Amino acid sequence: MTKLSCTIVGGTGYTGGELLRILNTHPDACVTQVTSRSRMGEYAHTVHPNLRSTPAGNLQFVRPDDVARSDVAFLCLPHGEASTQIERWAGLADTVIDLSADFRLRDHAAYSRWYGSAHPAPQWLDKFVYGLPELTRQQLKGARYASGVGCNATATNLALMPLVKAGLLDTRMPIISDAKVGSSEAGAEATDASHHPERSGAVRSYAPAGHRHAAEVEQMIGMLGGAAAPLHMSATSIEMVRGVLATVHCFVKEPVQDKALWKAFRDCYQGEPFVRIVKSSTGIYRAPEPKILSGSNYADVGFAVSNDGRKVTLLCAIDNLVKGAAGSAVQCLNVMHGFDERAGLEFTGLHP
Amino acid sequence: MITAECSECGGAVSFKSAPILHELIRCPECGAELEVVTLEPVTMAPAPTEEEDWGE
Repeated sequence: MTKLSCTIVGGTGYTGGELLRILNTHPDACVTQVTSRSRMGEYAHTVHPNLRSTPAGNLQFVRPDDVARSDVAFLCLPHGEASTQIERWAGLADTVIDLSADFRLRDHAAYSRWYGSAHPAPQWLDKFVYGLPELTRQQLKGARYASGVGCNATATNLALMPLVKAGLLDTRMPIISDAKVGSSEAGAEATDASHHPERSGAVRSYAPAGHRHAAEVEQMIGMLGGAAAPLHMSATSIEMVRGVLATVHCFVKEPVQDKALWKAFRDCYQGEPFVRIVKSSTGIYRAPEPKILSGSNYADVGFAVSNDGRKVTLLCAIDNLVKGAAGSAVQCLNVMHGFDERAGLEFTGLHP
Repeated sequence: MITAECSECGGAVSFKSAPILHELIRCPECGAELEVVTLEPVTMAPAPTEEEDWGE
């Protein structure tokens, strides 16, 4: 079978690099073009050195204006650019997967509220399926357009989904999510704040209130028919390059014990290829831990219950660049085209 | 293969051979150490742990 040809639009960033790496070993898709406005003509491996002597690494960056038609376009553009260019990219590829935040929200008003301006292409919002297969697998099958996911939203969503689906949440009480995140969430562009003497060792509260990814969590709760609950999200950047650990505090309607939550998590994630329940009384890592997920598309989820059974702490660890971005995008591609959902994504991470 | 439910997490615990009363086995999902407390049906409870008597 001929492989799907894929274009990566905006290939010098970290998510573009991860798409190149993942698609290098994909049995049914390959990258044929990768764009850059700043590194035109250079080999991809000069920007992503792990790809030296690989098919994707040997591609040369082309100008966005010079892109030829392909089967798939992955858009890895800065915020706001995909939505203003969508007509062009949809004309150059049958399948478009946008990794930015531009098409994540179904509700135009919610987009305006969270992003501070009207959506540039609201007529496209309904055409995109939110790109989290654990939530939208049925809608993704056969779809032409999928959005990306927010990395911190994904960690929070995967932690919360079992309780929302099981109807266990006390929605009168707040849901509070804090994500500890790695420096790669800030992207590949250097700033004064990312200068090593400033960044190293810092514990940086970069979104202590009003994190935009809360919009995707509210949307998930609504999609599953859950009642709106007061939701608070924050993000803290720690000494880590890759990874997210979301710690979500919430309350349940009736007191629960561990076994009820085990059931809710199993009911939610039975058969999911990339979600693992990690709650162990033995072993080195007894709870979800992003360290061992670097480079992998797995999401590890877990929980703990307070002594009175009313307060539940949910945990989810992912690699922000993979399950939180490029890996979920390839997982979406697999679902959209009927491929094995694991194709290209079977790397299990590193230990130690 | 005989399987029984973990008393802690509800996961399936498999026995390679017929379980024996008071046999200890670890749940593959939650890691709890379990003791077989009845055979028909096979049920388990958390295995007793050594307790420190603090010299008393």
